[in-house]
Amino acid sequence: MSEKVLMKGNEAIAEAAIRCGCRHYFGYPITPQTEIAAYMSKRMPKIDGTFLQAESEIAAINMVYGCAATGRRAMTSSSSPGISLKAEGMSYLAGADLPALIVNVQRGGPGLGGIQPSQSDYFFMTRGPGHGDFHIIVLAPATVQEMADMTRLAFELGEKYRMPAMLLADGTMGQMMEPVVLPEDTVDPATIPATKPWATTGTEMKRAHNIVNSLYLKPDELEKTNYERFARYAKLEAEECRWEEYLMDDAEVCVVSVGITARVAKNAIVAARKEGIKVGMIRPITLFPFPKAALAKAAAKVKGFLTVELNMGQMNEDVKLAINCAKPVNMCNRVGGMIPSADEVLAAIRKEAK
Amino acid sequence: MAIVFQKPKSLTDVPYHYCPGCTHGIVHRLVAEAIDALGIEGKTIGIAPVGCSVMAYDYFKCDMIEASHGRAPAVATGVKRALPDHVVFTYQGDGDLASIGLCETVSTACRGENVTIIFINNAIYGMTGGQMAPTSLIGQVTQTSPYGRDPKTQGMPIRICELLATLDAPAYLERVAVNSVAHVRQAKKAIHKAFQNQVEGKGFSLVEVISTCPTNWGLTPEKACQFVEEKMIPFYPLGCFKDKENGK
Amino acid sequence: MAKLTFREDLCKGCGLCVTACPKKILALSKTKLNHKGHAPVECTDPAACVGCASCALMCPDCVITVER
Repeated sequence: MSEKVLMKGNEAIAEAAIRCGCRHYFGYPITPQTEIAAYMSKRMPKIDGTFLQAESEIAAINMVYGCAATGRRAMTSSSSPGISLKAEGMSYLAGADLPALIVNVQRGGPGLGGIQPSQSDYFFMTRGPGHGDFHIIVLAPATVQEMADMTRLAFELGEKYRMPAMLLADGTMGQMMEPVVLPEDTVDPATIPATKPWATTGTEMKRAHNIVNSLYLKPDELEKTNYERFARYAKLEAEECRWEEYLMDDAEVCVVSVGITARVAKNAIVAARKEGIKVGMIRPITLFPFPKAALAKAAAKVKGFLTVELNMGQMNEDVKLAINCAKPVNMCNRVGGMIPSADEVLAAIRKEAK
Repeated sequence: MAIVFQKPKSLTDVPYHYCPGCTHGIVHRLVAEAIDALGIEGKTIGIAPVGCSVMAYDYFKCDMIEASHGRAPAVATGVKRALPDHVVFTYQGDGDLASIGLCETVSTACRGENVTIIFINNAIYGMTGGQMAPTSLIGQVTQTSPYGRDPKTQGMPIRICELLATLDAPAYLERVAVNSVAHVRQAKKAIHKAFQNQVEGKGFSLVEVISTCPTNWGLTPEKACQFVEEKMIPFYPLGCFKDKENGK
Repeated sequence: MAKLTFREDLCKGCGLCVTACPKKILALSKTKLNHKGHAPVECTDPAACVGCASCALMCPDCVITVER
């Protein structure tokens, strides 16, 4: 097993990606995720990999598109405003069914917004980040350890389902330092493309040409690709939903939160329990697919839900949808880079328990 | 008797969707002839653009990738960094390369990326039905410059080879035309060289091909070739703008 | 001694080969249409062909094979 090291979340992603066989990183600087690019620029040249600082976020995601088409594990990273620019590329990746890793270390918006942590890209990422009918896999880490572990998961799920996959972290996750056990360096990058018979690696005059494409001018063919893709999404939802339950056995109030706010909420839950309030938490780990079944199951037992979020109530809507509005779903939120304190969350829990 | 001219081997049998007399077909053939002559079909990856040649991926037998509008050089960069020993080319029109994708074009050239770019300049957006392109001539009537391109409000046409020639990194920049037999012969040489450069690791090569769009120019194929001679070439002079290995 | 073969069904009748031919022995058919509905190119005087391949060089659709 790898040893435990102290690392920044952003750097843990970068090192984990390398240990998962990623040898191609294309990016553009933007706070608060630039450490990923900086780390890659140091490491990649030493391991025969590619670090390329692209001319824009748009170019970076399209370099990822080209590299992913050759079957390599390719990645890019950015933060909210930069992710807007990558929307076109994510749509093309999805349309061409290419797996790739995109990291979004979110900051506040809209527009240039701020540089402090946020979860305000939730809708943008989970609804399909770009034009057309599609989804990407969205994973929400809450510890530096999860930043590393989910990097591997994102590559693996992306390849299994032929989808782009995203690590959706808030700025805090990217910037905080924690002990982390990095994944074992067991993936040989050279072996990955061979598992992808669709990859454009040159015909070597041994097969018909492969075409990586998202254009279908015949409507019946385009319709078919949409249905095929959504069948994959259904399988993804059936088999890959991940979430964490905390003190839910006897809970009457269910907190729902991800990332940094889930950590704050945990402290508030501990304090509330001391006051005798039966409160627990469901922390979605996959945001697409959203763990609807876990929430629906909880809805049968609890009096109500409380989402704790760094936005104006985005995941709140998903919880309402998941439980078909069977119970009240209230919210404790801060935005713009502000983070609710444990006391603020505790106050909201007390209100819910009444 | 021996065959002295036939369809190149690296083209598929899919009939082109291009309009009668459109010179895209000639340039496709010249690209395929270069691929055949260098024996690189099995290790070539082509990038198709958005525009009239969007379906170029159906016409070449090598592996092909369809890029989003203007991003072909970035996609080519991603492929080339993954497969440095392979041959990567993009095939792009003027709207794709000189307008929406200008940033990718300049930056890829600036990096001296070892790829080959075939740039079709026919001074118009063909696929969408004949709108003004960045390369449309002064006074040229198009769907979106119905009174003729007015430099005061619509700016001046862009000369890509001259622009890129100001950069230090590109290995080879040449402008050719395909409106006559003599020009096609010269274009063939330039396109071959642009691929050979890549095989030899010389770096970024771009060939700008002055082409026709008879349909959207509202001219017969023959008159369109004359338009190239009389109107296009005087504004877009043919020739080599950069050839590093020969000190140019 | 030269021979031209036309893949007639691919011809779009653009006439670029007709203009390119130095011997002026190519013309678009006045009597038939191909399956695309175009009047395909024909050689009006095969014996006069010198096999220079100028026609094939200008053909956008790889219609013409030249033997010499």
